[in-house]
Amino acid sequence: MDSPTESETLRQSQGYTFPILSDANLDVIRRWDLVHPHGRRDGADISRPAEFLVDPSGKVRWVNLTDDFVVRARPQEALAAFDAINKSHTEQ
Amino acid sequence: MKRNWNWAIWVGALVVLGGVLSYPLFFIRIPALRDFPWANLPLIGLGLVLIGVGMARAFRQPSVFRGRIFGSVLGALMLALAALFCYGIFVGARHVLPASPGAPQVGQTAPDFTLPDSKSRPVNLTAILNSPFAPNGEVGLGTGPTAGVVLIFYRGYW
Repeated sequence: MDSPTESETLRQSQGYTFPILSDANLDVIRRWDLVHPHGRRDGADISRPAEFLVDPSGKVRWVNLTDDFVVRARPQEALAAFDAINKSHTEQ
Repeated sequence: MKRNWNWAIWVGALVVLGGVLSYPLFFIRIPALRDFPWANLPLIGLGLVLIGVGMARAFRQPSVFRGRIFGSVLGALMLALAALFCYGIFVGARHVLPASPGAPQVGQTAPDFTLPDSKSRPVNLTAILNSPFAPNGEVGLGTGPTAGVVLIFYRGYW
């Protein structure tokens, strides 16, 4: 997986304003059961694509684990999950 | 007698080739056309029909149209290419990723973690849930809890 330096290069070249974290040893990726064994072209273990929305209490509110390599989450899906959190706050 | 150029075979082959290559080169950037190859399948189909038309007249009117031999070779190649494309999209791409049964599910508490950001500053999940990010990626500059945090696990920058 990418080192912080590689992530910083990517962040600057793409103008990303969100933080990019590095899990170079796959510690968290393994703990979250997201390892894609031999997924990289050179045979190294990497992370599978996965997206989560965690609410302020630490609870998972939305998960996207694609089973199709070419199909990824769309931003609207995450935004809809945010809306659901906000709605549940208003109802309380 | 000079026989006619059988353009349908050549154009059909080009359309099939374009239909396959335009997926990785262009349509993969458009989510709706990437998730399902709505643009590519009709193109490939059109190309194969054109080849079929060209082949039919090459065999029915061999004295008028050329293309029985090269048309057969090119047609077989393009059919194989189209089959490979469909296999890659509909079968290959869906049997690559692990099922990840142990991944956190909706309703569960996300296991906490601390990882370095791109400037090697430690970032803790619980901490960022309670303290929003500033736009430049600085951690801990805001106040109050966030509306939530989106975590995107990705495969690395190749």
